[in-house]
Amino acid sequence: MANGGWRTDLSSGFGARAPKPDSAFFRRDGNPAVSQFLQLIFAGVTVGATYALSALGFSIIYNASGVINFAQGEFIMLGGMIAASLAATGAPLPLAVVGAVAATALIGFIVAKLAIAPAREADATALVIITIGVSMVLRGGVETTLGKGGRALPPFSGDKPIAFAGAAVLPQSLWALATTLVVVAALALFFARTRLGKGILATAHNRLAAELVGIDTRRVLSMSFVLSAGLGALGGVLIAPIANASYDAGVMLGLKGFVAAAIGGLGSGVGAVVGGLALGLMESMTAGYFSSAYKDAVAIVVVLVILLVRPSGLFGAARGGGT
Amino acid sequence: MRAPPLPRALSSRAPTLLFAAALVALPLVLPNAYYFDVAIRIAVNATLAIALNLLIGYAGQISLGHAAFFGLGAYGSAILVGAFGWPPLAALLASAAAVGALAYLVGRAILRLEGHYLAMATLGLGVVASIALSNEVALTGGPDGMAVPDFSVFGWRLAGERSWYWAFAALLVAAILIAGNLVDSPAGRALRALHGSQTAARTLGVDAASFKTRVFVLSAVAAAFVGSLYGHYEGFVTPGLAAFPKSVQLVTMVVVGGMASIWGSVLGAALLSLAPELLARFEGYETIGYGAILVATMIFLPRGIAPSLAARFGRKAA
Amino acid sequence: MGRLSRAGSAWRASLAAAALILAGCAAHAAEPIKIGSVLSATGPAAYLGDPELKTLQIYVDRINAEGGLLGRPIKLVAYDDGSEAAQANGFAKRLIEDDRVDALIGGSTTGSTMAMYPLAERAEIPFVSLAAGVVISEPVKKWLFKVAHSDRMAAERVFADATKRGLTKIALLSETSGFGQSGRKETLVAAAKAGVAILADETYGPKDADVTAQLAKIRGVDGVQAIFVFGMGEGPAVVAKDIAQLGITLPVYQSHGVASAEFIRLAGAAAEGERFPAAAILIPEQLDPADPQRAVLSDYVALFVAKTGGDVSTFGGHARDAFFIWKAAVERAGSVDKAKVRDEIEKTTGFVGTGGLVSMSPQDHLGLSASAFRMIEIRDGKWRLAD
Repeated sequence: MANGGWRTDLSSGFGARAPKPDSAFFRRDGNPAVSQFLQLIFAGVTVGATYALSALGFSIIYNASGVINFAQGEFIMLGGMIAASLAATGAPLPLAVVGAVAATALIGFIVAKLAIAPAREADATALVIITIGVSMVLRGGVETTLGKGGRALPPFSGDKPIAFAGAAVLPQSLWALATTLVVVAALALFFARTRLGKGILATAHNRLAAELVGIDTRRVLSMSFVLSAGLGALGGVLIAPIANASYDAGVMLGLKGFVAAAIGGLGSGVGAVVGGLALGLMESMTAGYFSSAYKDAVAIVVVLVILLVRPSGLFGAARGGGT
Repeated sequence: MRAPPLPRALSSRAPTLLFAAALVALPLVLPNAYYFDVAIRIAVNATLAIALNLLIGYAGQISLGHAAFFGLGAYGSAILVGAFGWPPLAALLASAAAVGALAYLVGRAILRLEGHYLAMATLGLGVVASIALSNEVALTGGPDGMAVPDFSVFGWRLAGERSWYWAFAALLVAAILIAGNLVDSPAGRALRALHGSQTAARTLGVDAASFKTRVFVLSAVAAAFVGSLYGHYEGFVTPGLAAFPKSVQLVTMVVVGGMASIWGSVLGAALLSLAPELLARFEGYETIGYGAILVATMIFLPRGIAPSLAARFGRKAA
Repeated sequence: MGRLSRAGSAWRASLAAAALILAGCAAHAAEPIKIGSVLSATGPAAYLGDPELKTLQIYVDRINAEGGLLGRPIKLVAYDDGSEAAQANGFAKRLIEDDRVDALIGGSTTGSTMAMYPLAERAEIPFVSLAAGVVISEPVKKWLFKVAHSDRMAAERVFADATKRGLTKIALLSETSGFGQSGRKETLVAAAKAGVAILADETYGPKDADVTAQLAKIRGVDGVQAIFVFGMGEGPAVVAKDIAQLGITLPVYQSHGVASAEFIRLAGAAAEGERFPAAAILIPEQLDPADPQRAVLSDYVALFVAKTGGDVSTFGGHARDAFFIWKAAVERAGSVDKAKVRDEIEKTTGFVGTGGLVSMSPQDHLGLSASAFRMIEIRDGKWRLAD
């Protein structure tokens, strides 16, 4: 168990409850509306961080190759599942996390080499089908090797919630948010300062020109998959302690990541992060204030509105659209 | 996306007649009702794939939410007949018309988007439709779906796999003929011009927006029509009929079979409907197998099976 | 989505052993008795379908090793409907028409059961369902039988316990899956009858990563005395964790959808103190030694854990009950004639199953009483009888 401490006093409810934060902060005086609002913010941002990492993965691959990678969700799933499996064999948590990200990045490399590179000259739609096929292979692979059951990952620094003005934040949420911000900063540096990063951007602008100046666009393609797979896996590892990992977690996460990328503008890093956080917040606000049944639908309706008003998303290049 | 090649004049109806003859002869070799069921599913998917192909392959407009029209048509009939007691034929027509109207409204709004944006919009709409079908429990029976009464016209009941086989086979042949006619008509040529280049098409006087909307609506109405009948055949409908995986399955059939190829759609539908039945023997590896088939087909036959086969044998794709 | 059988060489070894024994027993090759099964081995309901499938395989193998049924080997033909009711319908057709099975055991979910039943009725083949929805046995359907407690029973059992403790104002959090929504409907009905007020009625998706938004809303409602969560599989584990995260100390009731060790594993410390109704299969060693269920349960639990190393759950128990109810009916009828077997199933009396004591009748194709449901509480990460 995560925290070891099972309490046995039978005071509240029927029996012991899980470790509680300091109850002083949970008095029902103070402004309940504010505390509910804050709680929704935290919920939205936590889940939004994973959506942001997923959207970043979409954007990077899209930038490097014009491919919409429908297997992005499976990279997230692989991160959580591999980390949980490694942790279950007794590996210390940091090793499990690093191992999961590295393994998934390697899988991304293999996917790029085996499935995407051979089909470079194919239609955009054909490439979409290929990524769909890849996602099925990955999902089926996990199902047959790791089984169908859910897996839990221990949180990075315990699960005692932190009280903040009447709302409770899990330390894991803070990890998710902080890691995402660090990753985004690191990526910005990567794209601005390193050869490979600049190569990816150049390929995105104009592949022919990039090739002409000697950029190895094949390497750009495989590296973009490695990067996106690693990012996805990181997102999966961050959220697994909160949401549990399972072989079919990737489908929804991939879809939401795609939606987030569309909100922020496909191909824009800042857009991916903003889109991811915005999507997470929209979902939690809808669930908290309107109807929890339609929370998924509301996010999509918002995307549709954005697409109609400004198709390239909030931060995408202001084109009319295009493949 | 490249524009499809121009077909030869389709005055020769030979392939269609041969196909129709094969459909007539097929019942003689099908051993039991289960095989008829499989044949019906192939016919349904093929009809849907043809309808979708008009949109994706010929008009070049990607739709990742097409199953929504299929599902809405099915539920429209189910609700009108089951809950309101309408005659099935009237419900069928009303449902198709309602879906057509919805497609018109939606199409006018989103068809000016292109490429990935259009894909995202259609995907989003499909998901909203299936969420609505799943949530409105009072009307739709919720996530477990609802039963659909038998299809009957003026007292004559259509029931049983054999009878429905004839209905769906006839529908498929009709779809092939209609699509073939459309592709070869001036409207069809305008469609292909659109696919090639919207700007160029416009300079030639093609009203891009109007054509795209018309194809979108036609494609949606066809899907709804098939959906209604399918609901009656199965005897019940579930939100899964409108959901994203079904839309993906349809797009896959179109692309694997061959975009802008009517026979390709039939082939793609047949292959991808049979694959789960055949793979069913591999015990847990079905998902991997299906995915691998998709990847391999698109790598080695990127234009789809039918056009690649046709190119190999020197004929142009239909 | 497809044909299922076991993986691993251990299975093949036991199959080989069974085959050898059979070859020894039977002088001439006997036509196997076929059981058809459509289960949700993948998809959201794999939580139910996976232990069900494994249980059926274990018992078919075991009976075959002991000489078969009526001197004939039993063959299990199983397909995976991927938790999609429409797939279930197609596979049911395949089982009835192509595989020509003698009986149907399956339907992990209410949706798939109801999708398959019209075919079973048309073909007049006995069908024992493993799902919980109350619509399966009400109104009674001639060819359809049930072994799982209904969701209405679960709600009634929870409210009986709640009212006993003076908890009459409940917040409901139900899953948007078929199981959750059917459960929600029955909960609202049962609440009215028990005099319980449902002050909040929220939903969550089975794959949601976070339900704190819904819980924050519930926390804001005045007067809520307890929370009732209706879901199955991983969803309720996330709900339990989020309840702990928000520091909500209200009593929490879950549904019978969490009756598996996986729930405790996933929810961890957050599951502590939660109560849910379940069959006694979770706590055989806490039963009175004179309780007839105790021996049956201990035997099943030991066998299942030994053969699969997996989590014990009530769902696998349903599969066991269905199989043995059918088998006993076949033995009483002396043949696999579908109509005779159906009649004998209906006459099942005093059958000791993992779900409870079963006595069916033409008006009752479930045969379980509400007392077959025990109230379980999770304490120290283990199940405890809470009555």
